[in-house]
Amino acid sequence: MITLGFVYVLTGLTFALFAALGVADRSNPKRFGNAAFWALLALSMLGGDWLGDFGNGLLVLALVAIAGTGQIGRAPGGDVPAEEQAAHAARHGPFLLLVALIIPAVALAGTFLFKWVPGLADPKQATLISLALGVLIALGVGMARLKPPLLLPAQQGRRLLDAVGWAAILPQMLASLGAVFALAGVGEVVGDLIGTAIPHGSLFGAVLAYGLGMAFFTMVMGNAFAAFPVMLAAVGMPLLVMQYEGDPAVVAAIGMLAGFCGTLMTPMAANFNLVPAALLELKNPYGVIKAQIGTALPLLAVNIVFIWLFAF
Amino acid sequence: MLVLIGILIIIAGFLLRFNPLLVIMASALATGLAAGLDIAAIIAAFGKAFNDTRYVSIVWIVLPVIGLLEAYGLQQHARSLIDRMKGATLGRLLTSYLLLRQAMAAVGLTSVAGHAQTVRPLVAPMAEAAAEAKNDALTDDQREEVKAFSAATDNVGLFFGEDIFLAIGSILLMKGLLEGYGYVIEPLHFSLWAIPTAIAAFIIHGFRLRRLEKRMAQKTPGQEASA
Repeated sequence: MITLGFVYVLTGLTFALFAALGVADRSNPKRFGNAAFWALLALSMLGGDWLGDFGNGLLVLALVAIAGTGQIGRAPGGDVPAEEQAAHAARHGPFLLLVALIIPAVALAGTFLFKWVPGLADPKQATLISLALGVLIALGVGMARLKPPLLLPAQQGRRLLDAVGWAAILPQMLASLGAVFALAGVGEVVGDLIGTAIPHGSLFGAVLAYGLGMAFFTMVMGNAFAAFPVMLAAVGMPLLVMQYEGDPAVVAAIGMLAGFCGTLMTPMAANFNLVPAALLELKNPYGVIKAQIGTALPLLAVNIVFIWLFAF
Repeated sequence: MLVLIGILIIIAGFLLRFNPLLVIMASALATGLAAGLDIAAIIAAFGKAFNDTRYVSIVWIVLPVIGLLEAYGLQQHARSLIDRMKGATLGRLLTSYLLLRQAMAAVGLTSVAGHAQTVRPLVAPMAEAAAEAKNDALTDDQREEVKAFSAATDNVGLFFGEDIFLAIGSILLMKGLLEGYGYVIEPLHFSLWAIPTAIAAFIIHGFRLRRLEKRMAQKTPGQEASA
């Protein structure tokens, strides 16, 4: 049976290959820093379960030390010239599109297949496993037809990852910070503060505080999942559900979506907001957030009104 | 109260634009110390969480495929497709992607599309080509905005589609928490209450995409067009 462990090994080998190609790239003045960074990530993917908690912690400290002292950078150039790309595109265009669509298509098919046919792959991780299989199939099909130099996919993939740089592990870092916050009881303290700050006697005031609190606390934590239990305990349950007898399903469901509006507006949600800015090579790292604020604010207002209308 | 120092460090660190990895580490250490944990325990807790969340970084394995396809001109091909489709305006293109992403997420297919898998190789170049079709003097700033909106559309579609799916993590979290308070609620109820917001998100973001299309069609006099 295929498990998530198989995907971690595949990812670890990919990072190891990036590290090896990185150290050989003499055009990059920071090649040793880059190579060490991706090599440590390869170690995390391949051996993280054997390193122990403290060992993994030291690994993270090493990653932070490399990135925090500015040892990571990308080599200039290395793009395939635009004319060459255009010539290839004219010949292989539809095929390229087909290969690009193999990944989502296999992810889709595998998700259903692995859930219906037990024993092939871990059904809880069906989509991630299918995504990895899609990558392998797409790579095989693409290599067979295009016959590129053997290392070209890895070289180009490494260049893309170098462009993202240390932001590649930002989502994992923020998730880990959330775990430390939980351990230290940050949520309860914030919840108590918000709970005492709400004006009493006004239903709409309580709904407003709940919705805004969800969005704001999600922005701080970078994740609505971390904010939700706190706001539910501080405002949602004691005021909206118990005192004003609101429908708990509405309070919970739309409250969570108010939190998602906060996710659209915070750099703490790095995988949604900062990573794509790096991946699309935007000049402004906050460009995606800027584009989202105009949707997030009116939608937050709508959510607050929906809770008020539907829950009571 | 002292444990809130971590939140202050995060906000100050991001505002002052220190390296975010350093800021996060400093915040974790300060928060842990304020809560009375010793350094080794904080490092171990951080390391455990880092190892448990490795699945977040799996997505990077798609990069070799994307790199191969881009070297052979996938972005150019995606652009040429838009050039051949006369009706494919910027607003219509991104609105269709928004709807598709919401619909897929609503049936639980959240990882099928995404910034690395679909936005960078396909959606962003197509959006750029659609904007160029209406404005041959697209500036660098306009180009940047079109790309940013491509990523934003993916996020909006994902966030306000996924909560309609019954087995998504957030619904299981809500169910579990409310049961702790003594309310047993079927996942279907949470799903249904996510639908009004999903519709509102589609209307609001779709409206903004139409305005984006109009804004991108305007040529800014005095500014040099990018090649």
